[in-house]
Amino acid sequence: MWHGDYLYLLQNLVMKDFRIRYRNMSLGVLWSLLNPLIMMGVMSFVWIIIFKSDKPHFAVFVLCGLVPYNFFTIGWSGGTTSIVENAGLIKRLPVPREVVPISTVISCCIHLLVQLLLLLVWAIGSGVGMNRYWLWLPVVWALEVVFVSGISLITSSTNVFIRDTRYIVESINLVMLWLIPVFYDFKEIPQKYSDIYQINPLATLVIVLRRIIYEGQSPNGTSYTMLKLTAASFTVFFIGLYFFRRLKPMFYEHI
Amino acid sequence: MNISRGRPAIHFQNVWKSFDRHAGQILLRDRLRNLFHSHKLEKFHALRDVCFRVEPGESVALIGHNGAGKSTILNLTTKLCRPDRGTVEVQDGRIAPLLDLGAGFHPDLTGSENVYINASLLGLSRRAVREQYDRILDFAEIGEFINEPLRTYSTGMAMRLAFSVATTIDPDILIIDEILGVGDIAFGEKCRDRIMGFRRSGKTILCVSHSNGMLKTLCERAIWLDHGQVVEDGPIGPVVAAYESAMKEHAVHSAG
Repeated sequence: MWHGDYLYLLQNLVMKDFRIRYRNMSLGVLWSLLNPLIMMGVMSFVWIIIFKSDKPHFAVFVLCGLVPYNFFTIGWSGGTTSIVENAGLIKRLPVPREVVPISTVISCCIHLLVQLLLLLVWAIGSGVGMNRYWLWLPVVWALEVVFVSGISLITSSTNVFIRDTRYIVESINLVMLWLIPVFYDFKEIPQKYSDIYQINPLATLVIVLRRIIYEGQSPNGTSYTMLKLTAASFTVFFIGLYFFRRLKPMFYEHI
Repeated sequence: MNISRGRPAIHFQNVWKSFDRHAGQILLRDRLRNLFHSHKLEKFHALRDVCFRVEPGESVALIGHNGAGKSTILNLTTKLCRPDRGTVEVQDGRIAPLLDLGAGFHPDLTGSENVYINASLLGLSRRAVREQYDRILDFAEIGEFINEPLRTYSTGMAMRLAFSVATTIDPDILIIDEILGVGDIAFGEKCRDRIMGFRRSGKTILCVSHSNGMLKTLCERAIWLDHGQVVEDGPIGPVVAAYESAMKEHAVHSAG
């Protein structure tokens, strides 16, 4: 019924979210920098001063985990509430509904971009340095967007029917900080748990990012990690799309 | 104009539609409770066995009291929801839903930004928006304000902008829900002219309004609905007259 231009619509909605978010903040995009900087400062204090960690370049180490984690939590919770928050649109216009959560997730990218720049500048400035594997970064980032869009499609449609889905998502986000290697090294995880630990694509994302930036190694490691991550992200996305399409005809009556 | 003869623009066949009367938001605990003892939710029947067809180029008014099912018919036509039973067929083409002007308008964005967003929501391509942009502004008569945030606009100005975007997409079917009362008299006149222009160029119009005078100038046919059922369907003059006398009778009864 809707014969429009999907990409143009997506682009307009992303720009809209972005403009609204940053026009109302006096510090604008700087807010995206403040959060990871404060977290990084506190974590460095706790780990270096209290726990006496001797890990070199601890700030870069933590940021490799914090940056993808921040995007995950902001993108996912924004995506989850997007359908209900755009009820006016859903009830009034026959726009393709998938575009709403996906555009919300993509509009968080600017946030990620700023933080990623901070991480890269910090990596260069602190002496960790650049390497050719940085070319993988856009791929890693794109996969995270695909993955977060996929789970947002599932939870945004569920949230229409069960309104406390968003609180469940918030709780998972909190727990997730400890289930991905942000403050500790993946290598410290006992062998027997490491496979099950890596099922979580977000944990793998952090591992990959750390291999590229912190260790200066190929993200693939010894076991085709990038291939697995790609497969997992797209599988989650298509499951999300299928799930969303099954539920969307009922949105109107329940929103 | 007889190319599509035989194929209706809008065709409702034995359409039923009901809504659950649930109070407020549904939380997980409500879902769990419903799992164990399934109590039936009270249903509100918005449409009961509604049949009608609208030929291409016809302009049809829906009349009836509040809750008679007029808006439900509009929403089924734009495919915002689906019927419980029966079928709704709509000719393939662009539909301009003037259901709620400015759905998707945001007060913090400028008029210009809102035009682009709203146009793409209605299905316009990047090229079409660029080509039509000046026409949209001309018609809306916003002037310098176009680069100011929408919250600085008067209601009338925002409505003019929204109407201008929605009618610039060159629709095949125009859906109008109670909007032409907004704006000053001069602009109301302009809106009416544009809608009459659509009518003359053979577009299909489906229209809801409580202003019977205006419906008579815009539409040639009326469908009178009462509690989700079609009471009368025919030329607008007699149907509106019958509806008005029934309303008067009702008012006398409830007063006496």
